[in-house]
Amino acid sequence: MALYTPVMTMERTILHADLNNFYASVECVYRPQLRGKPVAVAGDAQLRHGIVLAKSYEARACDVQTGDPLWLARQKCPEIVFVPPDYGRYLHYSQLVRQIYLDYTDLVEPYGLDECWLDVTGSARLFGRGSQIAAQLRRRVKKELGVTISVGVSFNRVFAKLGSDLKKPDATTVLPPNCWQERVWPLPVQDLIYVGHATESKLARMGIHTIGQLAAQPPALVQQKLGKVGVLLWGWANGCDRSQVQPSHISLPVKSIGNSTTAPRDLVTDRDARITLYALCDSVAARLRAQHLTARTVQLTIRDCDLWSYQRQMTLKEPCQDSQTLFDAAHRLFCRHRLPGRPARGLGVKACNLALQTPPQLSLYGEIQRAQRQTDLECALDGIRAKYGNFAVRRGIMLTDPALAAVDPQRDHIIYPVGFLGG
Amino acid sequence: MRKVVVPVVVHIDEKGRITPLSLEWEDGTVYQIDRILQVERAVAQQVGGAGIRYTVRVLGRERYLYHDDLEGNWFVEGR
Repeated sequence: MALYTPVMTMERTILHADLNNFYASVECVYRPQLRGKPVAVAGDAQLRHGIVLAKSYEARACDVQTGDPLWLARQKCPEIVFVPPDYGRYLHYSQLVRQIYLDYTDLVEPYGLDECWLDVTGSARLFGRGSQIAAQLRRRVKKELGVTISVGVSFNRVFAKLGSDLKKPDATTVLPPNCWQERVWPLPVQDLIYVGHATESKLARMGIHTIGQLAAQPPALVQQKLGKVGVLLWGWANGCDRSQVQPSHISLPVKSIGNSTTAPRDLVTDRDARITLYALCDSVAARLRAQHLTARTVQLTIRDCDLWSYQRQMTLKEPCQDSQTLFDAAHRLFCRHRLPGRPARGLGVKACNLALQTPPQLSLYGEIQRAQRQTDLECALDGIRAKYGNFAVRRGIMLTDPALAAVDPQRDHIIYPVGFLGG
Repeated sequence: MRKVVVPVVVHIDEKGRITPLSLEWEDGTVYQIDRILQVERAVAQQVGGAGIRYTVRVLGRERYLYHDDLEGNWFVEGR
């Protein structure tokens, strides 16, 4: 009898479900008069958030793109209807869709609000093959929620995602393990997850334009040009991805916490910047405390009036979770790195290098006690804001410019997808 | 068709299950719900909106009564 058990590799069945034109589709459920018309969910132009956030297929047919300014979208499609976003509704819908997915497997990993991976390998006896489960999901989501999904079915996460992008809306694309090459290799290399503009340009300089061309390269050459990511991409192009779909109840460790905003007007004076930085730091610090985390590094993003953005960061003497320390660091970075004569259009503050909150070290010099007192004070403010709203207690400087101080990053905070690799 | 938001009297049991008992029309008339035939999540295609759809029998006729669980209100499809 053998003393070891050979590892059995079972072919997995992974689904990637992508809600089609999510925001615009949800709006059409609630406003049936919009169905069949070019619709765009758009930010508030008064607050200089006036860009297209999502659009219907009718708007897309007029070449309206996500991120287009509203005037451009109107120029491309004069009859377009703009509707304001309702994030509460989109979150609710996203949860309802996930509830449907969870009827088929507990291995449901969200990727943003509108995408999920499902590992249905163990569900085949109950619900059928991957393509049959995909068909059930599509039927249920359409009937119960009035929106449509595109589903990719494959043997790994990368190809499942690739498949869900191939045919839209309301469609299933299967990339089976025995004949995926003929479908995948002719596709442009930028269809592969993690290949953005920069990587695409590098690959183009190597004469690589399709996934098949990438797969055919010697891996050492790709590594030389692109580093570790190159090897990863080369493996994916050859169908090698063993990454797991995480169970829905497992949340990945947080690596950073940040908020950013586009100000309703350019930030010209130091006071303008201070108001915006306080609003952002209050939110970031409250979120740090809520998750019992401390930050060692503060990163500031400055986007100037020509939409050019850059980041600068600094390390703190002690890990912190209070707004005042974050603000002091962010403001110092701002004063040091702002470009003269170029007012900022938007700012972002990110707390990085996070660690779990631990009891503070005693200090002879009193700075730890001061920081602790500040944290205690801000914890008391958290309690008031949780009960009466984020504007119940405010800093005096916020009253000097109500328009700038109207930003509420904590309430408006939207969860963006973490990286495919969990980063 | 138009969306008519209506007041509804409901019974909530110890497990939190909601059973609508009667609904009040726009003119103030209260209609008893004789029987609930089906409960499912669905979209109100004609008037817009979504939620838990109760197929109910009122005065011998079948009607759809929706509970919008996001807004927290109840509505029917009126003419």
